[in-house]
Amino acid sequence: MIEGILIGLTTALTFQNILMVMIGCFFGTIIGMLPGLGPMTAIALMIPITYGFDPATGLILMAGVYYGAVFGGSTSSILLNAPGVPGTVATSFDGYPMAQQGKAGKALAIAAWSSFAGGTLSAIYLLFMAPSLSKVSLSFRSPDYFALMILGLTAIAAFSSKGQFLKAMMMVVLGLMLASVGQDSLSDITRFTFNNMNLTDGISFVLVVMATFAMSEALTIILKRNDPTSAAKQVSLTELGSIKINKEERTKMYKTIPRSSVIGFLIGVLPGAGATIASFLAYGMERNVVSDEEKEKFGKGSVNGLSAPETANNAACSGSFVPMLTLGIPGSGTTAVMLGALLGFGVQPGPRLYMTNPEIFWSIIMSMYIGMVILLILNLPLIPYIARILAVPKNYLIPLILFFSVTGIYVMSFNNFDIYLMIGIAVVATFLRLYDFPMPPLILAFVLGGLMEENLRRSLLLSNGSWEFLWDRTLTACILATTILIVVWHIYKTFRKKN
Amino acid sequence: MKNLKKIVSVLFSAILLFSATTSSSVAIDKLHFVIGGGAGGGWDGTARGTGEALTKAGMLSSASFENMSGGGGGKALAYMINTKPANTVLVQSTPLVLRSITRHKGYVKGSGTLSYKDVVPIAGVIGDYGAIAVAKSSSFKNFKDVVNAYKKDPNSVKMAGGSVRGSMDHLIGALAFQAAGADPNAVQYIPYDAGGKALAGLLSGETQIISTGLGELMGARDQVRIIGITAPSRVSDAPDAPTLKEQGYDVQFVNWRGFFGPPGMSNADRAAIAKMLGDVQKTPEWETVRARNAWVNIYNPEGKFVSFLEKQTQEMTALMKKLGVI
Repeated sequence: MIEGILIGLTTALTFQNILMVMIGCFFGTIIGMLPGLGPMTAIALMIPITYGFDPATGLILMAGVYYGAVFGGSTSSILLNAPGVPGTVATSFDGYPMAQQGKAGKALAIAAWSSFAGGTLSAIYLLFMAPSLSKVSLSFRSPDYFALMILGLTAIAAFSSKGQFLKAMMMVVLGLMLASVGQDSLSDITRFTFNNMNLTDGISFVLVVMATFAMSEALTIILKRNDPTSAAKQVSLTELGSIKINKEERTKMYKTIPRSSVIGFLIGVLPGAGATIASFLAYGMERNVVSDEEKEKFGKGSVNGLSAPETANNAACSGSFVPMLTLGIPGSGTTAVMLGALLGFGVQPGPRLYMTNPEIFWSIIMSMYIGMVILLILNLPLIPYIARILAVPKNYLIPLILFFSVTGIYVMSFNNFDIYLMIGIAVVATFLRLYDFPMPPLILAFVLGGLMEENLRRSLLLSNGSWEFLWDRTLTACILATTILIVVWHIYKTFRKKN
Repeated sequence: MKNLKKIVSVLFSAILLFSATTSSSVAIDKLHFVIGGGAGGGWDGTARGTGEALTKAGMLSSASFENMSGGGGGKALAYMINTKPANTVLVQSTPLVLRSITRHKGYVKGSGTLSYKDVVPIAGVIGDYGAIAVAKSSSFKNFKDVVNAYKKDPNSVKMAGGSVRGSMDHLIGALAFQAAGADPNAVQYIPYDAGGKALAGLLSGETQIISTGLGELMGARDQVRIIGITAPSRVSDAPDAPTLKEQGYDVQFVNWRGFFGPPGMSNADRAAIAKMLGDVQKTPEWETVRARNAWVNIYNPEGKFVSFLEKQTQEMTALMKKLGVI
């Protein structure tokens, strides 16, 4: 392994490759900040440029774009409640409230340090465990994914405090309903499309997020502009831009980061999950382990609640390289595009990649460390300036947010219908917001619902219609038991509090 | 604020770049490619790769591209039929034949089903053969082993594929079982939402075989054993993969990718573009793009392309009826 590290370092530390990491990280950060444009599109458009490069160099560049985008996506989540990439949706749950309290700089700094730690720790896990991790990738079957999605749904508890339970549940149902639009996941039948071709591919996740978060937030601000209680508090620019994290907050992060990085990395390794699921699960799990006092702060600007998903999404990003490099299995659209590029370079992924192309394997891992440092250097000094976006008068900022939401959705599909659909959903979401319905449960149900249904039905197909799959495998049973434990524990505690 | 301005200008130029269109001219020296899916997909790669080779080889002065997602490619197809744009071609593949057979009705003004007959087939350019594979550790060594196990107990063979029931992945496997004298509808097909996920399903052991495009399997060649491809003879990219034909199963299937013109395209234009697409395949510029994407050249122009599409439609209609998906 030491030999491998040395090979990796000598490859990764050449002038050309360091330059590529920098370009990739910079480009990725920009792509990540822009809502709509994701790393997959960016990498796909980049392939013709990378052709003629050394395979290692090409992959280092693409990997840089990938984790750069996940790093940069948190900025728009925190400042504008407009997640730049799907993996940073959970970041806005606590990041945006924190920024609204005048602590935008601090929120961005926490996100940057958490991303850095998540990325670096998972690169270490990769370094030590990559060969055995391919087994983890293949250990999950459809029933296990189903159980995992159920476990993920328990995170909804995080948004249902103080009499909000019924409203949260209603939003869950709405999310599940939206997820069922479009072609059925297993058969050729379309559902709830009203014979409209634009709906046959379903509603895109990014569209729902942009509508219910960015757009409806902007619309709510417009509607409430004369409301004295929500009048914008004038915060001083120095406070807004301050990136100081105090000792108490640091102590919290020391606990959150290690556990979230492990969850994020392991979920990232699974081909059927990915960074978005990882960040939601880490968020939900974090809420289950923190103190009751901190629990109350979730959704209102909790440090743990911001740090957990930010650590996990970057960790998942590194984790997703495991099935791609060691098995040749792409777990997401982005890794599928990278796998295509890898094959184009004439490199055969698989367990033998360590032997046949050690320089590629190790230099990618090594470039991840370098990339994380570069991203931190790139992001931290800019935070005080970026945070000032919030000091822009609302009558300039709101139109800009609306503009970015619309163009962001349009450049994703080039389909006008998506714009109308987004506006429609945003208007409904704005109404719901005015009556205090929480949006995160809708998003969570939307993203988990589709996968849950698909895996449930596939499990039933595989077991010839029998429900035995729920306890047939130890892994499935364990995940489901954990879920039940969490739910029972919550009910017990609520009950005890009441008495 | 400064940052925002910068971002705005970057975004504007990106949009302009994406939506650049060409004006029509007399000789075909500019082509506009309409792509019914997003950047990074198979159609997108085919159109952009072909456009790149054509311009670099000097056959076109410029090529422009337009992504138009929606309805699994149906939106772009409807656009071609309804607006009849000049100097514009649409990239399509086998799913066009399948959608012509199934029920996507009522999306065009007037009556009729969206079909390849509503546009002008110019030429098929590349293709991907279907393949059936098992995990390296599997006891199945060839397709005959699979058929024998299936005949003994139909429940013992579950077949993974990267798309829904009735999709191309399903049909590839069903064709093979049909050729072996089995009831294709009794074969258990387990759908996944992407080729990579189906592959993970196979390797995790929840299914025994996978039926998909050969291209999907190239990345995982160290993990799987390809036990039958739907090509007429072995292919150079995977010389150790036997054909189904050589094992005595008469199955041939190719997932073609090709280009279509708007209805009413003149015969001269059609012939000129078809010739251009054929000639470019002899150039080193094309070879660069082809090798990068591991495409298989299958050039099939005009009339030949039409009769191929007709034959594929007949075969698939019969099979889909047996499977009960139409």
